[in-house]
Amino acid sequence: MAEIQQNEKGGKKGKTKKLSIHIDFTPMVDMNMLLITFFMLCTSLNKPQTMEISMPTSDTVTEEEQNKVKASKAITILLGPEDKIYYYFGIPDYNNYNSLHLTTYAADGLRSVLLQRNAEVVTKVEELKQKKLAENMSEEEFTKQMTEIKKSKTSPVIMIKATDDSNYKNLIDALDEMHICSISQYAIVDIEESDKFLIKNHETAGELTKNIDNSKIK
Amino acid sequence: MTAMSDVTVLLLTFFMLTSTFVQKEPVKVSIPSSVSEIKIPESNIMQILVDPKGKVFLSLDKQQDKVEVLRQMGEKNGITFTEDELNKFKLLPTFGLPIGNMKAFLALPEEEQDAVLVSAGVPCDSTNNELKDWVQLARLQNNDLRIAIKADQFTPYLQIKNIMKSLQDIRENRYNLITSLKTVSDAETNKK
Repeated sequence: MAEIQQNEKGGKKGKTKKLSIHIDFTPMVDMNMLLITFFMLCTSLNKPQTMEISMPTSDTVTEEEQNKVKASKAITILLGPEDKIYYYFGIPDYNNYNSLHLTTYAADGLRSVLLQRNAEVVTKVEELKQKKLAENMSEEEFTKQMTEIKKSKTSPVIMIKATDDSNYKNLIDALDEMHICSISQYAIVDIEESDKFLIKNHETAGELTKNIDNSKIK
Repeated sequence: MTAMSDVTVLLLTFFMLTSTFVQKEPVKVSIPSSVSEIKIPESNIMQILVDPKGKVFLSLDKQQDKVEVLRQMGEKNGITFTEDELNKFKLLPTFGLPIGNMKAFLALPEEEQDAVLVSAGVPCDSTNNELKDWVQLARLQNNDLRIAIKADQFTPYLQIKNIMKSLQDIRENRYNLITSLKTVSDAETNKK
């Protein structure tokens, strides 16, 4: 393992003896390699991220307590099967299947629509981020101003309704879009029959509308 | 050789400090990615694991809580667990099967437990919802408990809705959804 070589040649008085020590590091390196391999295989480096959501309580809310959303501000997103996503503004027109729009999860799909609708807040958020970089703003101040901006009255209110055929990834993607587009008011709501009707109507390009008995609706 | 040894020691220290041990899970789930950058807290986590078929498994990080929760769960269903069974339960990383089968399950040797667990799962439907009881009892044990849902990205929404409804019914309205971070290249190509 380790050996000490003494240099016997110039062994004169007054001169210090030269000692050279040789330690064999091979076993130590072996052990270290083994430990590294163990750690690499049995551990994970990245901690998973998390998304915090708060759901509404299931307590029944009376009509008065419910806060109604202005139709002009409301956007309803329907998560359909096979990664399809539909949206409509305000109250849909059941007679016109084109009031429901089909879009995608890509950047030029849902995101562009939401960014456009939320333009005022988005620009303010961008400005704030620039300001933070330029002025070395503290994290606290930044979040405070951020929440202030997000309270804006012009920002839309989103309702996310997922059909039973959509999957968990769709839901996460939709929530992600809310995050990207700085939308603070959104909720996951149960899907209703009328929404299912809209999707079907859209798929069949208005076939179902013909069956609506207009004499009954007035 | 000294240089080599230095490097290995350095690497070893790096791995020891930055990594966390992989938890053994009965089913493999691929979690969806998101841009959210909030890290999951270290402790006081109750994880609800959902596999693509909608089977539900639970894990609690505090062993003491686990024992208490199982004892109370037993009391509620008229089953008494022995000390030995409670100790065995304490060491399980993830659990998830109908409470009625728990006693038989704990009696099995460890190798067979895994196989049984995969095909089990906590019942969580409208007729028999044990998930609610588990979460409620765990909440009583530990008030700081945070609930995290770790579901496979291809789980049908129907199953997720079921779990969310169950949590809503017991007034657990704030919880975490576990995601992995979207890589930078992903996010950038999306932006373009």
